[in-house]
Amino acid sequence: MAMVQPRSTRYRVLASHLGMLAFIAIILFPLLMVISISFRSGNFASGSLLPENPSLEHWYLALGIPYTDEAGVTTQPPFPVLLWLWNSIKVAVVSSVLILALSTTSAYAFARMRFAGKGFVLKSMLIFQMFPPVLSLVALYALFDQIGNHVSWLGLNTHGAVIVASLGGMALHIWTIKGYFDSIDRSLEEAAIVDGATTWQAFRYILLPLSVPILVVVFILAFIMTIMEYPMASVLLVDTDKLTLAVGAQQYLYEQNYLWGDFAAAAVLSGLPISVIFLYCQKWIVGGLTAGGVKG
Amino acid sequence: MIRVFLKWGALAALVAAALYLILALYVQREFVFAMLFLVLTASAVAVFVSKRLYAHRYIFPAIAGMGLFVIFPLMYTVGIGFTNYSASNLLSFEQVNENLLSRTYQSEDVRYDFKAFESEGGYVFYLEGEHQALVTPPVDLADGETRAPVFPADAMPEGEPLAIRDIIQLRQSLSELKLVTDDNRELSQASLRSFAAIHPQFTRHDNGTLTNNQTGETYFPNHDTGFYVNADGQKLVPGWTVNIGWDNYVKVVADPSISGPFLQIFVWTLSFALATVLFTLALGLVLANLLQWDQIRGKGFYRTMLILPYAVPAFISILVFKGLFNQNFGEINLVLEGLFGVRPDWFSDPALARTMILIVNTWLGYPYMMLLCMGLLQAIPRDLYEASAMDGAGPINNLFNITLPLIIKPLMPLLIASFAFNFNNFVLIALLTGGAPDILGASTPAGTTDLLVSYTYRIAFQDSGQNFGLAAAIATAIFIVVGALSLINLKLSKIKV
Repeated sequence: MAMVQPRSTRYRVLASHLGMLAFIAIILFPLLMVISISFRSGNFASGSLLPENPSLEHWYLALGIPYTDEAGVTTQPPFPVLLWLWNSIKVAVVSSVLILALSTTSAYAFARMRFAGKGFVLKSMLIFQMFPPVLSLVALYALFDQIGNHVSWLGLNTHGAVIVASLGGMALHIWTIKGYFDSIDRSLEEAAIVDGATTWQAFRYILLPLSVPILVVVFILAFIMTIMEYPMASVLLVDTDKLTLAVGAQQYLYEQNYLWGDFAAAAVLSGLPISVIFLYCQKWIVGGLTAGGVKG
Repeated sequence: MIRVFLKWGALAALVAAALYLILALYVQREFVFAMLFLVLTASAVAVFVSKRLYAHRYIFPAIAGMGLFVIFPLMYTVGIGFTNYSASNLLSFEQVNENLLSRTYQSEDVRYDFKAFESEGGYVFYLEGEHQALVTPPVDLADGETRAPVFPADAMPEGEPLAIRDIIQLRQSLSELKLVTDDNRELSQASLRSFAAIHPQFTRHDNGTLTNNQTGETYFPNHDTGFYVNADGQKLVPGWTVNIGWDNYVKVVADPSISGPFLQIFVWTLSFALATVLFTLALGLVLANLLQWDQIRGKGFYRTMLILPYAVPAFISILVFKGLFNQNFGEINLVLEGLFGVRPDWFSDPALARTMILIVNTWLGYPYMMLLCMGLLQAIPRDLYEASAMDGAGPINNLFNITLPLIIKPLMPLLIASFAFNFNNFVLIALLTGGAPDILGASTPAGTTDLLVSYTYRIAFQDSGQNFGLAAAIATAIFIVVGALSLINLKLSKIKV
C-alpha cells in the first residue's frame, strides 16, 4: 500500500525510535536496579548499576544457605524464601486444577445447554466478579473460622482455605472458556449424540480434545492470579512457614528490619520464573485477559 | 448396577457429612452459617437427584463456589454493617453471660495456710485454717491435674514439707489448681503460702440483672448498646453484638473525626482511579500508535520490552518501588541528589506520597492499556489516515479526529472496568505506603494515601480499632459504587448471552 509520505517522516521515525528507547530505559531502570542490588554486598550499600564488588551473599541467603563472609561472620537466611515459593506454587497448582475442572464443566453447560436462568446467572457472574474480596474479608474470616472448627484442614491458617477461597474468582474463566466453546462448531457433538453418545461423552471425548489451547491459557491465567493473590492470603495465613510468597515478601522491607539486598535476590529469584512464563505465553494470555477484564 | 450403588452411596455419605456440620453449627447457635450450609446441601441434592436439573449439575460447583465465597460474604458484610460487631462486642449475649458468670474472685475472710508434701503419685497438700484443717489425696501436678477434692484432716501428713523455692517452681501448675471441699466450695491459691475460697463474681437474677458479689453493685443489660451497665453508666467488658440500625452510617456522615478523613479519602480514591485511567490510557495509546506505525522497525523487541512491567508479578514490583523510593537508601533519591541535589521525602509528605503512588501505578498499568489499544487500532481502516494525509493533517490531528473517536466506544467498558479495579486497588496501597502518612485528628486509622478499601481493611484488621461494624458499613457503600459501575458496564458493552 502506497502511503503518502510527508517529507518530515524520516525525522519523525528517528525521533520515535529515540523516544521509545529513552522510555524503555526509564521503565527498565527499577528492574535492572534490583538485579544489580542483588549482587551488591551488604543491605545498605549504594553504588552504580554495575556493582564494583560483586558478591553472592544475598543469593546464598535467598536459596536458604547460611553465608560466611571474609571476616568469618556467618549470616543465617532471614526468611524461608524457597518454602514460600513452594507454598505459592502448591496453592496455585491445586487451585488452578480445581478452577480449570469446575469452570470447564460449567462453561460447557453455558455454551451448549438450555436451562432456566442461564442469561441471568451469566450476567450476575460478570457483575459479582467485580466486587473485590478485600471488602468481605471479615465475613470470609468468620466463614473459615466456623468451617475450621469442624473441618480442620479448611480452617484459618491452612492452605486448604486459601485454595478453596480462590474458587470464588471463577466467573472470569468461565466466560473465557465459554467464548471459546461458542466458536467451535457444535455439529460434531450433535452427530455423536445422534449416534448414541451421552452428553458427558460428547463433552469429554469430542469438545475437550478440541479445546486444549484455551484450557492451557486458563490454567496459566489462574496460576498467575493465585500466585499474586495478596489480601485473602494475608488474612487467612498466619505462621511464617505457611505464608505464600506474596504475603511473605513484604517482611523484608519493614522499617525496623530493612533487608534491601536480601529482598532483591529473593525478588529476582521468585519473580523471574513467573515473568518468563508470562512473556512466553503472552500471545494467548493477552487475548484471554483483554476479553475478560483486568489483571488482578 | 455397581455404578448406581456407588453414586447413591457417595451422595448419602456427603449428605451425612453435611448434615453433621449443619447440626454442629446449629448447636453452637451459629444460625447464619447453619442456614448457609443447609441451603447449599439442599440445592446440591436437588441438582444431583432431579433429572430435570441435569444441566445444572455442570454449573452447580462453580455457582456454589461463587455463592459461598463471593455472594454470601457480601451479604454477611452488609449485615455486619448494621451491628456494633467489634473487638469489644465480639460475642453473642449467651457467650457474654457465660463469660461473666464463670468469673470468680477470692474472698479475703476464708484463708488457709498450706504446706505441700511430696508423696507417691504427686503432691499432698495440707491446708490449715482458723477452724479446720484439710488435706488432699496425692495430686499429680506434672500430669496436668487442675482439680482435686479436699477432706477434713486430723493431723499433718508425715515427712518434710516442700521448701518455698520448690513451691515457686511449681507456681504455674499451682495457680491453675482448684481444690473442692465436700460442701462444694472451691479454693484456689491466693499467695505463696495460702489458699483462699473463691466465689463467683456475678450472680444472674431472673429479671436479667447481674449482681457483683464483691461490691454489691447491680448491672442492667442494655440491648441497645450491647453492654451490662450499672447505675453510674459503667460498662462491663466484654459486651455482645447487637443490631444498631443505621448508627454506623450516621457516624460516617456526622462524627467529624470519622467523616473528615472519610471525605478526604473518598476524594483521593476518586482522583487516584481517574488519574490512573487517564495516565495509563494516554501512555498506552501513544505507544500503541507508535508500534502500529509501518515505518518503525524492531516492533517485536519494543513490544516485549514495553510489556515487561506487566510480566513481573505486581507484589514484587510494588515492593521494589518501595525500596527504590526509600528516603535514605533508595536509588531514586541517590540519582535525584546527584542530579539536582534534592532528597524528597516520598513517604512522609502527603503530596509526594500521592505522586509516587501515581508514578508506580502508571508504570504497572500502561502495558495493559497499550495491549488493549493495539488490538483496537488494528480495526481502524487505513484509508482514513490516507485521506487525512492527503488533506495535510499531522499525527496530532489524526489522533484526536480519527483514532480517538473510533476506539473510544469499544474502549469504554474496559476503561470503566479499569476504573473500578483501581478504585479498589488494595494491593498497591497495602504494599507501597500502607496508607501513610496518617491523617491527623482521625479517631480510626486513616492515612492520606489510603483508598477506601485499604481504609476499611485498616478499620477492621489493624490492632487499635477492629471495628468490624463500621468497616462493613463503609464496605457496603463501596459495594454500591462497584455495583453501579458494573451495571453501567454491562449496558455499555452490550454483552449477549
